[in-house]
Amino acid sequence: MSNSVLAEVVTSSEQIAAQPSAAPRKRGRRLSGWHFVLFPIALLFLIPFIQMALASFSPAKELVAFPPPFIPSHLTIDGYVQLFGQTDILLWLGNTILVSGTAIVSNLVLCSLAGYGFARLKFAGRNLGFLMILATIMIPTQLLMIPTYILFATLGLLNGLGAAIVPWLATAFGIFLMRQFFLSLPAELEEAGAIDGCNRWQIFFRIVLPLARPALATLAIFTLLGAWNDLVWPLIAINNQQSFTLQLGIANFQGAHQTNWSLIMAGNVVATLPLILFFLFAQRQFIATMTFSGLKG
Amino acid sequence: MANTAAPAIRRPGSEPADKRRVRRTRGLKSALTGWSFVAPATIIILGLSIFPAVWAFILSLQSWDGFSEATFVGGANYAQLVSDADFWNAVGNTFGYTILFVPASVLLGLFLAVALNRRIRWMGFYRTAIFVPFVASAASTGILSTYLFSPQFGLVNNVLRVLHLPQQGWLDDPHQAMLVIAIMSLWGSAAFTTVIYLAALQDVPAELIEAARIDGANPWQTFWRIVWPQLAPVTVFVTIWQTIQAIQLFDLVYTTTRGGPLDATKTIVYFLYEKAFRSLQFGYGSAAAYVLFAATLLITIFVVVYSRRKGTEAF
Repeated sequence: MSNSVLAEVVTSSEQIAAQPSAAPRKRGRRLSGWHFVLFPIALLFLIPFIQMALASFSPAKELVAFPPPFIPSHLTIDGYVQLFGQTDILLWLGNTILVSGTAIVSNLVLCSLAGYGFARLKFAGRNLGFLMILATIMIPTQLLMIPTYILFATLGLLNGLGAAIVPWLATAFGIFLMRQFFLSLPAELEEAGAIDGCNRWQIFFRIVLPLARPALATLAIFTLLGAWNDLVWPLIAINNQQSFTLQLGIANFQGAHQTNWSLIMAGNVVATLPLILFFLFAQRQFIATMTFSGLKG
Repeated sequence: MANTAAPAIRRPGSEPADKRRVRRTRGLKSALTGWSFVAPATIIILGLSIFPAVWAFILSLQSWDGFSEATFVGGANYAQLVSDADFWNAVGNTFGYTILFVPASVLLGLFLAVALNRRIRWMGFYRTAIFVPFVASAASTGILSTYLFSPQFGLVNNVLRVLHLPQQGWLDDPHQAMLVIAIMSLWGSAAFTTVIYLAALQDVPAELIEAARIDGANPWQTFWRIVWPQLAPVTVFVTIWQTIQAIQLFDLVYTTTRGGPLDATKTIVYFLYEKAFRSLQFGYGSAAAYVLFAATLLITIFVVVYSRRKGTEAF
């Protein structure tokens, strides 16, 4: 797609992330009028998460009472006790960790290899290959669901974790991202390696890959977000409760535990909190990734 | 890298035989190295996209339930779509959502970017608060929507009740359900448009703004006359991107209303999901998918051509 706009956006979004967010002390004393705009908006954006956490610790009965109280009479962990006792949430959490972990490792390896190949090596069919990979970004996933479902049924992959993992082994955007990064690296380093007698693989693993850490972080977050949160494909491909991912599990809660909102919200916390915490710790990398992630299609 | 590069202009016929042989083995060797780098990822991606995409087209010309023999029906599936009232209802709903969501998300992103593009206290908190919903999944957002907008016990109606405003049906009301889905989509995706606009805002040359200020323009005029035109390529990009997202709406419908009430939130993708995976009409579902693909391409091409004509190049 738009290589130029995208590349530009990504570099400047890294600048935004790197910018110090706190104002210098001197100017901070004067209260900016923007606080009156930003504070309510920030609060509004946080309300769903606050409500999620609050509801997960509230007595289930109070949540459906009328009129509903804004603040629960007391806090309780009943929701979590029931969640871990009555549902397979830990199994689903394990499944999701396995799916996301495999997806991340596989993407880091395969996409950096391919990205490097397309950026730096010269060989017959390179341009055609890369062009076809770029073209796949334009194909909406909805178009691929039906044939992929039939294909996986033929291969016997349906209803197992393999069904959730295989589509995430490598992504076109991962290759695109890594290629862009390798193109921006100065070639002199690699030439120095070649003069010292390294072959292509040694150059890649010893010289190039250690330099690619920022791009690899972006790719890892991109894959984590996509694989952890994926719903449509597991929904179609997995019917067996034992192989449910977290998203699939909590999406089914609303039917199964309709009135037990503290259990439902506890499940929602378990599914969402890891990503929220991760976001808080790695906000810079997330912002760089965000500009790409809209393009996962 | 220089040693694998073939000389650019030399007719192969004019070379001595041994040089040619060296070149050929070198070409073979570099092809082997090159493909061993790219082949694993390329095979997976092409195998799971180009191949199914072609297959989906063949399927769309067939009538098949996945078990019995497939029969070739030509364009019958497409013809049936044209006369299917359910399909047109889905098209209408998807269109309605797109009209609601796309302008709102572009304007919200622009507004938030302008608001966040300054150095004041607590900016870290404001940015985090606005960006963090980005990690919420469709399943999670769906649960939160159902809970917050519940007509009986939801926070939104509870606030309305305290303010003595009329209670609303929200997701239970055919006229409001799509609005709730759009609001919650905005909540989750505002970070994306905001980050892109923030990046673009930082690229606007400071001299331009300074010059406008010296010429006596107020901040409002400076923004709309100077900054906004500079943002045009990004606006085109974001509009296309959010439009593609909007016409492919499915997740949030599945996790909130499942197409109801009274099919008011049944989108094109929801329609194709039901046809393919509920009533096992693989051919019919594939035809709907191809219509969606064509619509996506047409909209993208239209916006690109239109913006090029106006002199804005985003692609």
